Amino acid sequence: MSDLKKGVSRRKVLKGGMAGILAAGVMPTIISKAYGYTNEPTGSTVTFGFNVPQTGPYAAEGLDELRAQELAVEHLNGIGDGGMLNTFSSKALGGNGVLGKEVTFVTGDTQTKSDAARAAAQSMIQKDGCVMINGGSSSGVAIAVQGLCQEAGIIFMAGLTHSNDTTGKDRKRNGFRHFFNGYMSGAALGPVLGEVYGNERRAYHLTADYTWGWTQEESMIASTEALGWETANKVLTPVGAGDFSSYITPVLQSGADTLILNHYGGDMVNSLTQAVQFGLRDRQVNGKNFEIIVPLYSELMAEGAGENIKGVYGSMNWNWQLQDEGTAAFTRSFGEKYGRPPSNSAHTCYVQTLLYADAVERAGTFDPCAVVEALEDFDFDGMGNGPVTYRGADHQCFKDVLVVKGAENPSNQYDTLEVVQVTPRAQVEYAPDHPMFGGPEASLGECNPGA
Amino acid sequence: MDAILLQILNGLDKGSAYALIALGLTLIFGTLGVVNFAHGALFMIGAFCAVTMQRLLGLSYQVIDETQKDFLGNPLTVNVSYMEGWFGPEIGQAIVDWSVPLAILLAIPVMALVGFAMERGLIKHFYRRPHAEQILVTFGLAIVLQEIIKHFFGANPIPAGAPDVFAGSFDFGALIGLGGGSIIYPYWRMVYFLFSVAVIGGVFAFLQYTTFGMVVRAGMADRDTVGHLGINIDRRFTIMFGLAAAVAGMAGVMYAPILSPNYHMGMDFLVLSFVVVVVGGMGSLPGAVLAGFLLGILQSFASMNEVKSIIPGIDQVIIYLVAIVILLARPRGLLGRAGVMEN
Repeated sequence: MSDLKKGVSRRKVLKGGMAGILAAGVMPTIISKAYGYTNEPTGSTVTFGFNVPQTGPYAAEGLDELRAQELAVEHLNGIGDGGMLNTFSSKALGGNGVLGKEVTFVTGDTQTKSDAARAAAQSMIQKDGCVMINGGSSSGVAIAVQGLCQEAGIIFMAGLTHSNDTTGKDRKRNGFRHFFNGYMSGAALGPVLGEVYGNERRAYHLTADYTWGWTQEESMIASTEALGWETANKVLTPVGAGDFSSYITPVLQSGADTLILNHYGGDMVNSLTQAVQFGLRDRQVNGKNFEIIVPLYSELMAEGAGENIKGVYGSMNWNWQLQDEGTAAFTRSFGEKYGRPPSNSAHTCYVQTLLYADAVERAGTFDPCAVVEALEDFDFDGMGNGPVTYRGADHQCFKDVLVVKGAENPSNQYDTLEVVQVTPRAQVEYAPDHPMFGGPEASLGECNPGA
Repeated sequence: MDAILLQILNGLDKGSAYALIALGLTLIFGTLGVVNFAHGALFMIGAFCAVTMQRLLGLSYQVIDETQKDFLGNPLTVNVSYMEGWFGPEIGQAIVDWSVPLAILLAIPVMALVGFAMERGLIKHFYRRPHAEQILVTFGLAIVLQEIIKHFFGANPIPAGAPDVFAGSFDFGALIGLGGGSIIYPYWRMVYFLFSVAVIGGVFAFLQYTTFGMVVRAGMADRDTVGHLGINIDRRFTIMFGLAAAVAGMAGVMYAPILSPNYHMGMDFLVLSFVVVVVGGMGSLPGAVLAGFLLGILQSFASMNEVKSIIPGIDQVIIYLVAIVILLARPRGLLGRAGVMEN
């Protein structure tokens, strides 16, 4: 005790403590400055993180996304026929990885739950050193992971997320969405519905109770009421309800002649199938045939719903039956590898992966803030949607939107949907401060390079 | 009035599924004392028996049709069903069309075998272990089973339709004199309800009127005494496990046209079915059936817009609220025996 007193003065303890505190606080900054940004790749490889639902109600979409992401990595590394790299208007990528580094990937399971998705993304960022996170099949998940990537200083290239909020009130500088959104679905579908079903209808909405459902419903109500339609009722349903019969039967007594199913994935398969079982499509109400509308379609849902989707209208981001060169190249690559055509969620993840890699090549660095600059207001073509712009103001891609309906006479098992109209991009555009997208208060904030 | 009747009908078909699953759970708990969290997975495997039967009956050989193209632009490979080849187009199509009801013939032996394998291979090692361990191991088993199904059948729901003759709906309102078009109800849901009543009746009759059933009931009441009489009660209980698995499987098969089979459908039903068992009274077979139908109907009523406008979100919690109230007022459940799970 006396030795200690002799050897260590209070001043020395204070000095030592201060040095320790400074070292602990400042050194990481010094080290991070040496690297410059989160997960700067230093070896011969760079790792992408593919965060998709591998379990849960959207698992089928997630597994198809994963197929496309794997294909994108092959094409980036010069394996296979190159797919859309051959048709992409930007020629920065040469099939030799990204900035000379071989692309590798890790996967996470979002489980279609925000907390699980964040945990998976966090693990991929912290443990696996991912520079970019891509994928997902739910807007709730996309918004949660986008927020995490913003905090971590990582680029988030969203997968299938259709809520207005993703690039609306919850937009982030580090996040980018290629997929279209609820507003665009409404803007594309509205005029077609008016043409086919007339201007006097009473619509009943069944809506998935989360961010995507809410904004999808709001967008569809805006576009159908603009036609002169009346909204008979709007009912929120839990995600993964399974049996929707108790939500469907009140429709029969509501006086509605149109049911709008703001459902996706397995929920849409079940609600549509059960609506048909309850004879809704055989009914006549208000002197008109009862009609069902599914604003957001996917090929996998169409496959799951079987014959029930015949003649049912909806919208899509992309479809493998389009006739352009990019679509043909991707469908051929995907079809030869997996024996089936790609879904539109697979397409968006594939394109997002290539777009990120291309932006890195053009920026000459993996620094997320340089990548953000390269992607903002980037115009491109050859990726299956015609000319596209990644708008800098909200990081939303603007492109043509497809109005589709269930094929009446399918020629093969994958011919489930037919493209009714390619809605020109100008018809689905809106101002970045549109009230449905957070209004003037919505802001991307600052880019975060992390570290 | 129409709306109330319609919700009762909706509740009946949902309640039928709850009752069938809860009946199996109760049989296993009552005989073996095991809390089987893998029972929902058995329901799910049953539904996939319907899918398997549909695929078996739809087996086909391939013919290249040069006049048509596939999605890659290659000549189209057309599938020609063996059934149609063997029995002619009409009978062949009819057999394929009836694949769901025919799947019962496949489900009974398959599910009984799955049940025996589960009981002999895993669950028998946990008879004398705490309920918490039984729940953990059977829950783990459920996840393994659903992943196996996902591996073979994929993650997407697979449609398995009812026979064409039951595909539509009928005017129940007109049948009971309430006016045409007032209550429309799908044929298959009515078939499902009648089927579940028949299965439940069959299980009760088996337990009530056969010697085997009498021994099992005696074993449920006092296992040791029955054992002392020289009866191999364990073997009978194993058979009951197989029977419970077959009941869950049949429930799953017939539910396939209502809810397209998917690998996680078992989990969706499991939790609710457990609540049903607890409300009905652990170990009580009539309690499980009664609670299944009651809670199914109650859940349907809670989903009515009029009810939800008064208490938003009530449809999601009603079953649990009722469970809390019943367990507070009557801890052994509606028809539970004194002493079961009370300590």
